[in-house]
Amino acid sequence: MNLWTNVGLALKALNSNKTRSFLTLLGIVIGIGAVIAVMSIGKGAQAAITSQIEGIGTNLIFVRAGQAVQAGVRQEVGSAATLTLDDASALADFQLAPAVLAVAPESQGFGQVAFGGTNTRARLLGVTPAYEGVRGYTVVEGEFIVDQQVQGRSLVAVLGANIAQTLFPEMNPIGQSLRINQRPFRVVGVLKRLGGTGFGTQDDTVVVPITTMLSRLQVSRTSQGARNVQLVNVQASDADLLTAAKEQVSAILRERHRIAPGAEDDFNLTTQDDLVAARTQVANTLTIFLGAIAAVSLLVGGIGIMNIMLVSVAERTREIGIRKAVGARRRHILSQFLVEAVVLSALGGCLGVALGWGLARGVSHITLSGQRLPSVVSPDIVFLAVGVSLAIGLFFGIYPASRASRLDPIEALRRE
Amino acid sequence: MEAADAETMIEVKDLRKVYKMEGIEVEALKGVSFTIADGEMVAIMGPSGSGKSTLMNLLGCLDRPSAGTYTIDNQDVARLSEDQLAAIRNQKIGFVFQSYNLLSRTSALENVELPLVYCGGNDRTKRALEALDRVGLRERAKHHPNQLSGGEQQRVAIARALINRPSLILADEPTGNLDTKTSEEVMALFQGLGREGITVVLVTHEADIAAFTQRVLLIRDGELVGDRLVTERRQAVSGGGP
Repeated sequence: MNLWTNVGLALKALNSNKTRSFLTLLGIVIGIGAVIAVMSIGKGAQAAITSQIEGIGTNLIFVRAGQAVQAGVRQEVGSAATLTLDDASALADFQLAPAVLAVAPESQGFGQVAFGGTNTRARLLGVTPAYEGVRGYTVVEGEFIVDQQVQGRSLVAVLGANIAQTLFPEMNPIGQSLRINQRPFRVVGVLKRLGGTGFGTQDDTVVVPITTMLSRLQVSRTSQGARNVQLVNVQASDADLLTAAKEQVSAILRERHRIAPGAEDDFNLTTQDDLVAARTQVANTLTIFLGAIAAVSLLVGGIGIMNIMLVSVAERTREIGIRKAVGARRRHILSQFLVEAVVLSALGGCLGVALGWGLARGVSHITLSGQRLPSVVSPDIVFLAVGVSLAIGLFFGIYPASRASRLDPIEALRRE
Repeated sequence: MEAADAETMIEVKDLRKVYKMEGIEVEALKGVSFTIADGEMVAIMGPSGSGKSTLMNLLGCLDRPSAGTYTIDNQDVARLSEDQLAAIRNQKIGFVFQSYNLLSRTSALENVELPLVYCGGNDRTKRALEALDRVGLRERAKHHPNQLSGGEQQRVAIARALINRPSLILADEPTGNLDTKTSEEVMALFQGLGREGITVVLVTHEADIAAFTQRVLLIRDGELVGDRLVTERRQAVSGGGP
């Protein structure tokens, strides 16, 4: 009595009552389908987050000012005005920080940008020339901010693609003079269009020298009046040196800020990996939560299989009696009904994979507020789903099958 | 082993069976003893409720006695495990029932193959076709039970009983649902098996069916009350050929 004989028997039995088999299958189909769809969408979201964060550069450490404490209430990270341009220059010290490849401080704000009769609101970004390489900005026309402009606090700007499009729909913006918060700036370059609504809306940004930003544009000043920068992008020279770079940056800043040993940092270091981890954790938590809800329907599907197998055993009592009379042992009957339950749930699992795949594909075509919901149906999810459906068949098939195998042949033969 | 044992197919000594029904003990068999020789054709007769079905279940290894011994082919059944009993049913015994007991969803051929499925026999189809040939139903191999007449269904059941070349055929009222002519055809098959040396034990309450056998055991109230040889044995004629 081999497996294939049993599978054949099972298919025959299931085929003889198609409607019932199909309805029983449905529970598993929906359960597996839902799990696959949720997992695929979750995986897609995770991949999107990772690629977004990786898209902003490689081996980056983000240095932010620490949390300010106002009247005993701790404010957000970056609220303390402790990070200065001099700090940023100090980090670019090859002797003290050999693992650091490049340092790019930045200061952000918002401003009104106008040309002729048109104006638009833009993210203002004050940077140094190193920013271009560190954050992977690409200039398609003109050039990026250069050192002289930083030193001279020049009134020059590099426009994001959307800004250039809005203000200069029919002319080359290079060399034109526009107004940012009423001050005239000369356009020196245009950034490459990135599209989408990614991390840092580069297309809606106007890039200016950081010194210009700090001295002429940034409206909000700290209480001390210090020229603080909000963020210093530090690029490690290698992925393996990320931790070393982090330690070196920390040591330099603690030294410069005269922080006593054991005292808390007044700055905050985050690596790209930390960002990825934090964001994917959110996505994972959601995925697991939704997956668990979907898994409940699998449980219900499994109970449906057990129920229908019990009905099937009751209906086929006489068949079991006949089989036992001609020499079937307990394990023969057990495996026959167990295989039937497993075939039922495995069929459901396969159909469920198809359904889940279809759902995931369907969802990824839906556009929500300009952003597509990506989905990735990976083979491991499929194997997992099919494995789970086999396990469900086994688990919920055991009880009906063992009941069948324990039937007394005399009693069973007497039954009509 | 004594030489005489080789010629004994069934040896029953003081066989008892007690059922518990709703707390009340019912003694269905009250100590029955007899032997049946290899190749003998025996009818067990008795009124309903006499205990003959209980006796058939015990002889068929579907049940175990409460007391006494039952030896089939020199094997003491009482000592065997459930799986070993299943193996004996599979290898040594062929069952024929009053209501045929064929699997309705499967063809005649697959029904006949069934015992082979449980002993891992080879050439299942070939052997099943031979068995169907033996009962004259080779042409009906692909038919399902509901496409066959009662007599044909019973012949398929006999083919199934024969497939593993058993030494004992147990038939429980095999002609109970058949008309006289078809009954005689079935009895002709059994007589043919007897001539080949297969032991046939059948339960019947019809005297003219018992007359096809060699010996009649009479059971009443759980006891063996008669054991006589058939003096004028009828030879069954299978109508227009098998």
